[in-house]
Amino acid sequence: MIKAVLTVIGSDRVGIIAAVSNMLAEADVNILDISQTTMDEIFTMTMLVDVTSVKGGFAPLAANLAALGDEMGLRIRLQHVDIFNAMHKI
Amino acid sequence: MFISTDEIAQTVKMIQQEHLDIRTVTMGINLLSCVRGDIQATCQAVYDKITHTARNLVSVCCEIETELGIPIVNKRISVTPVGMIAPHDIDGCVALARTLDRAAAETGVNFIGGYSALVHKGYTVSEKTLVESLPYALLETQKVCTSVNVGTSKAGINMDAVRDMGILIKKAAELSAETGGASCARLVVFANAPEDNPFMAGAFHGVGEPECVINVGVSGPGVVKCAIEAVRGQDFTVLAETIKKTAFKITRMGQLVAKLASERLGVPFGIVDLSLAPTPAVGDSVARIIEEMGVGHCGAPGTTAALALLNDAVKKGGLMASSHVGGLSGAFIPVSEDEGMIEAVQKGSLCIEKLEAMTCVCSVGLDMIVVPGDTSASTISAIIADEAAIGMVNHKTTAVRIIPAPGKKVGDVVEFGGLLGSGPVMPVRQYEKDSSSFIARGGRIPAPMQSLKN
Repeated sequence: MIKAVLTVIGSDRVGIIAAVSNMLAEADVNILDISQTTMDEIFTMTMLVDVTSVKGGFAPLAANLAALGDEMGLRIRLQHVDIFNAMHKI
Repeated sequence: MFISTDEIAQTVKMIQQEHLDIRTVTMGINLLSCVRGDIQATCQAVYDKITHTARNLVSVCCEIETELGIPIVNKRISVTPVGMIAPHDIDGCVALARTLDRAAAETGVNFIGGYSALVHKGYTVSEKTLVESLPYALLETQKVCTSVNVGTSKAGINMDAVRDMGILIKKAAELSAETGGASCARLVVFANAPEDNPFMAGAFHGVGEPECVINVGVSGPGVVKCAIEAVRGQDFTVLAETIKKTAFKITRMGQLVAKLASERLGVPFGIVDLSLAPTPAVGDSVARIIEEMGVGHCGAPGTTAALALLNDAVKKGGLMASSHVGGLSGAFIPVSEDEGMIEAVQKGSLCIEKLEAMTCVCSVGLDMIVVPGDTSASTISAIIADEAAIGMVNHKTTAVRIIPAPGKKVGDVVEFGGLLGSGPVMPVRQYEKDSSSFIARGGRIPAPMQSLKN
């Protein structure tokens, strides 16, 4: 399984999770875990997703999510899980 | 979740707000196999080898950048010091430089390094020709980086080469007067040059290296500064520990990128260079780390001690994070490329003499220093000799990248653009008598003692 981490940072509003999960579902990406917090009025959502059989490839999905973020005034980033493992696990 | 939300947030913040990036993925390529009977055939072989070997370098780096979500700012190539394969005429040497430039453009890399000569004990005919061709090679290329190693701890300092480099740096500046002497930003004079350095302008593919290799340089002054903001007022043990932990995390990024690039390109992984490399962007400055430690202005008393602690802690933290460490590995202090250094020069707290002291305890040396255009060749040579002596005696790499900007005076600012930034013209001490008689002696300064250290 190839895992990736999706982070959404910005001001809270209606429909963030809906919009993001729709886009993921269309790309055949399964959500494995999800957590969200609001720190200092900044909405932070973190999702662990399975990108093994992502439709259309990883890079286009990452770009579409980033564009969705721009539309909604949020920062949405999809990053391979390796970068977090490398930094935080020995 | 297997990684905590806080950890994820920390990584994302480092990249988005604190300028964490991979400064460079540099592919080293051996050119010794490209020597042919005539220069045209050699140029063709060099072009073919580089464009074939590095054909996927940029695309693979972009792929890794997208997947990991971390910018890889530069993709570069370093080659065997061209002085080893250069012909015995200047035109032939310049033709090789143009070939490297074309190969760099074709592969899409930002810079290509290795138009270099290792002359610490003396010149070969090829190397002498290459060194004399430097001002013309720089003028006719955009991406070619050049370096000359004039001294080592084992061989001493080749003062003939030091004298020549003063003259050639002046010449290179005059030929590129329209851009403020910008050619000199791609010319470094080294002592104890490392063979596996991924950073420009001093990268070359040393003779002890394999056929092809991937070396990675990390960055991250902004991340270190933000980390130590959290321990303001606490003692030096806490400060050093905080820097070590941060350096570990930064270096792990470099190690991961190096591993992926090496696997995908089918090229062995060489080293991760643990340098803290600043950029002209606000929030990505080494000077600001020193100031955050509590030194009022970079260059003020305390600066050398602060830099020594920073440099040491970065190495200690980084060492465990990477399987192989090499290159320059230390904090860089390039004046024009560091927003805090530029301000320190303009405020008068940072001068060439203080920078020289700082180079005793950190990576490289007098880097991206702009001096008045009327600084004499022998004065530049004398500055190079001082810096080379520090490297030679202390068994470390030192370098000089100095720009005598034609027509510019102290107080002027020269714009280089991009990562090279903008350099305020710094004063060089002038006295009634200069050091030209010292430089005119020529010959070699003998190698220093290896024992009786004091």
